[in-house]
Amino acid sequence: MKTLVWVEHDGSAVKDATLAAVTAASKLGEVHLLVAGSGVDGVANAAAGIAGVGKVHVADNAAFGHNLPENIAPLVADLMGSHDAFVAPATTTGKNIAPRVAALLDVMQISEVLSVEGPKTFTRPIYAGNAIATVESSDAKLVLTVRGTAFEKAATSGGSGAIEAVSAGSDAGISSFVGAEIAKQDRPELTSAKIIVSGGRALGSSEKYQEVIVPLADKLGAALGASRAAVDAGYVPNDYQVGQTGKIVAPEVYFAIGISGAIQHLAGMKDSKTIVAINKDEDAPIFQVADFGLVADLFSAVPDLTAKI
Amino acid sequence: MKILVPVKRVLDYNVKPRVKADGTGVDLANVKMSMNPFDEIGVEEAIRLKEKGVATEIVAVSVGPAKAQETLRTALAMGADRAILVQTDDEVEPLALAKIFKAIADAEGPGLVILGKQAIDGDNNQTGQMLAALTGWAQGTFASAVNVDGDHVSVTREVDGGLETVKLKLPAIVTTDLRLNEPRYASLPNIMKAKSKPLDVKSPADYGVDTAPRVKTVKVSEPPVRSAGVKVADVDELVAKLKAMGVHS
Repeated sequence: MKTLVWVEHDGSAVKDATLAAVTAASKLGEVHLLVAGSGVDGVANAAAGIAGVGKVHVADNAAFGHNLPENIAPLVADLMGSHDAFVAPATTTGKNIAPRVAALLDVMQISEVLSVEGPKTFTRPIYAGNAIATVESSDAKLVLTVRGTAFEKAATSGGSGAIEAVSAGSDAGISSFVGAEIAKQDRPELTSAKIIVSGGRALGSSEKYQEVIVPLADKLGAALGASRAAVDAGYVPNDYQVGQTGKIVAPEVYFAIGISGAIQHLAGMKDSKTIVAINKDEDAPIFQVADFGLVADLFSAVPDLTAKI
Repeated sequence: MKILVPVKRVLDYNVKPRVKADGTGVDLANVKMSMNPFDEIGVEEAIRLKEKGVATEIVAVSVGPAKAQETLRTALAMGADRAILVQTDDEVEPLALAKIFKAIADAEGPGLVILGKQAIDGDNNQTGQMLAALTGWAQGTFASAVNVDGDHVSVTREVDGGLETVKLKLPAIVTTDLRLNEPRYASLPNIMKAKSKPLDVKSPADYGVDTAPRVKTVKVSEPPVRSAGVKVADVDELVAKLKAMGVHS
């Protein structure tokens, strides 16, 4: 089987979620990559170096500059003439593009794949991860999105993919990019961090989040996260949100501080290797999944922990 | 401008899903069912656009069993003008849903179709994008702000890392994210009024759509259970445990 993996990038580097998608695709067959964008030579070279990659299709065109699905889906559908499976990371970009490709191909997509069980059989979460479905496609071609935390990341070196330019591409003329507000952080990204420190509603304010959560994260070189309740209360921006409606994470260590552990939050972090919970309510559901639970007032315990760790 | 709002009847989001013992799915017998929360946000957004004078008519559509009429009545009570139930007892996949909505869009000629970004049962997150592909319209997915301006709509999207704004030519597809708005509750008089609003019942065959599934569910199982670990007595013990794992500054 020949697979085509969507390379998610920021214009200069390949994003980590792509590497998990490469691993998933390699379980199906030969791995080809698609790098689309404007001025993407550097990305294409980096992509060619990913271990196990056979060919890198590079579509360099102004129309592909901002991942507009109206322009990109026809390009992918075209390339799928010579591939059997389209595999995209289940990021907001992947989720935006893949179903549009699937419908153009008249294929029913399989979303958020957790494991590859056979050539056409996969597991995926339903009901916010409260159930796992094993599903089998009957379509001639496959379109998949892959949950990044469910697969090992492919090595970024050792590959020698052949770069091939794709000349196709035009602007469908029905959509344009206006602008973006992307939070700049001098710390690891949530979805690839080894340690995450998350704060919840119990913090009470944005100031307390800065005062209590940030120093611990700084000391551990950790990413910052938050529960939906903390985001909705305005303590931190939305992109901090871990959970079913936010980011799905699986770090080595996850600190849940002042987070009660609503189902929607657990769905986003329960695959973390070690979960540490600090909460003054000993009946908080978070303690049912925590490896280490500390029943304490976070306003004294967390600064103490920060000082001693 | 007419707005089409597809709505789905799903297990209420406050009910914990239980996997059936025979592994065929999630038990939906005798449990509370409600409108998919993301669809509710879609209905609310359509109503707000009507209140602003941008939209003139809101048509709610559902594909599902006879009981999905209740979900459509909720949309009508919130403020939709009329409803279409495409009645079927089969589970309809996003691709077939998109084909049905495409046929309805062809017949109704909406300026916008506003869908939830995903239904909280299947969590597919596909139908809106697929409908956009089939109609050839632009798509603004995971919307946190929608502004119609002449023959375009600006959609601010919740993306990994922040927000992004795109400008789309109308007609267009929008899918909602949680922060777009807070849906209203229907008032009692509006619930009464909704009972006399028009609700047409159709079938997938009326739209020439084959709803046979492309993806077979082999089995549905419980997720791996994570067991509780230990409670530590104080910060010192926690620090010791973390250091033993190699976690320190």
